[in-house]
Amino acid sequence: MEHIPKYLLSTFIAMLLCFSSYSTIALAGDGPDEVEIDSLAQLYEPVYFDHAMHEEVTESNCAFCHHHTLGTKIVDENCMRCHAESGATDEIACQECHSSNRFDAEYLNKLYADNTLYHRDKVGLKAAYHIRCMNCHEEMGAANGCQDCHSRTDTGDKFFHAGTYAPPESDKPAGGGH
Amino acid sequence: MKSMNRRKFLKGSLLGGAAASVISKSKNAEASASFGGYPEAMGVLVDLTRCVGCRSCEAACNKEQGLPTPGQSFDDLSVLDHERRTSEGAYTVVNRYEIPGQDHPLFRKIQCNHCNEPACLTSCFVNAYTKTPEGAVIYDPTVCVGCRTCMVACPFYVPAYSYSSVLNPVIKKCIFCYDTRLKFGRPPACVEACPREVLTFGKRKDLIKIGNQRIKNKPDLYEDHIYGENEVGGTSWMYLSSAPFEEVGFDTHLGNQPILSYVKEFLTVVPMVLTIWPALFAGFHLLATRKDKQKTEKKSEI
Repeated sequence: MEHIPKYLLSTFIAMLLCFSSYSTIALAGDGPDEVEIDSLAQLYEPVYFDHAMHEEVTESNCAFCHHHTLGTKIVDENCMRCHAESGATDEIACQECHSSNRFDAEYLNKLYADNTLYHRDKVGLKAAYHIRCMNCHEEMGAANGCQDCHSRTDTGDKFFHAGTYAPPESDKPAGGGH
Repeated sequence: MKSMNRRKFLKGSLLGGAAASVISKSKNAEASASFGGYPEAMGVLVDLTRCVGCRSCEAACNKEQGLPTPGQSFDDLSVLDHERRTSEGAYTVVNRYEIPGQDHPLFRKIQCNHCNEPACLTSCFVNAYTKTPEGAVIYDPTVCVGCRTCMVACPFYVPAYSYSSVLNPVIKKCIFCYDTRLKFGRPPACVEACPREVLTFGKRKDLIKIGNQRIKNKPDLYEDHIYGENEVGGTSWMYLSSAPFEEVGFDTHLGNQPILSYVKEFLTVVPMVLTIWPALFAGFHLLATRKDKQKTEKKSEI
């Protein structure tokens, strides 16, 4: 090691680094430690998602949540039929594929205009989060109630007629008979 | 001469009546070809496998429709302990069903299914109901006289009645958020509120394709049927389930005929009865009493 000049060593390391960035396999730890999910926050506070912890839980197979987008081994066999050889994509964040305006006329019209599109039944952003997170939480026996992940805002309390907006105690059900 | 006139009159009225019934019959025959719904109608596909019974849809409906304050908070899941129906205070409700052999229950949201050929609409004698090209079955409460015939006609027991109103009780039901959303191309409030996209909003014909694709992708999960695709002539709101539909509270004996078709035959007879019967029985009466009359005439001649 003493025989190798310092500048050569640093070039070598730099090259290694460059090369690794071309690698299609994302490594655990490359992701953010925590993600603040706030794009939909309205009735609930933003979710502070412990990304690092979930990397550990999934044993660093990003595809558990990110499908094929990070180039790791795909979990779903149906996806594999087309995406087995797909490398990492530029889109990684959920919201880059899952629309937060899933049922807007603009989104739907685009869908109807493209007859050959395969992913016609792609859930919106809110459902992508909730289905992904909750189904796994149920399987793992993790907490799964609404407020286990995000506490409700004042707007949310009003919306649900809960908390300070809770209706007074009454034996009669709302709205009377049929 | 008198009897000739009578005969002519009877003949004429009989012919007229027959003609009227033929005309009305041909009109009905045209209508009896299945309507099948507006081609561009929107709908909602409800996937019971995704619902966790959070009641967000109920809260959203309450807010959007300006419904009265509920008896209990919408995050109070104890209301799921007993089966509920739609009411004047809740146009949509979620019910829980324990499925034998399954370790977790299924939840079913109910609301107006917005039939392609609504029985409520046909039954309403003041024409309060309208089926819009967007797929919604809406009604004009200012016209409603509160007869509640639609409540009897609806195969899903959806329309509710504002019994609490003393002066002007009317029918109350889900209108697909037509006034505030659907007419502007936006999804109803419940769809937007649902966290797990249990409710998929889109063109009805597209939703049927999506439903079939989901069944095809996971044949072990889903029942091989989209409830509402054909039931009572098809509905705008349709359901997918992982349990047999009768186990989650669906009526599976409604058949695929619109409710209207069951009364169509009868309704065809109505104009015939109204036009022919008076003349026919008047004729019988006149014939039966002719001899008596002749007798009295003869008597008076004598």
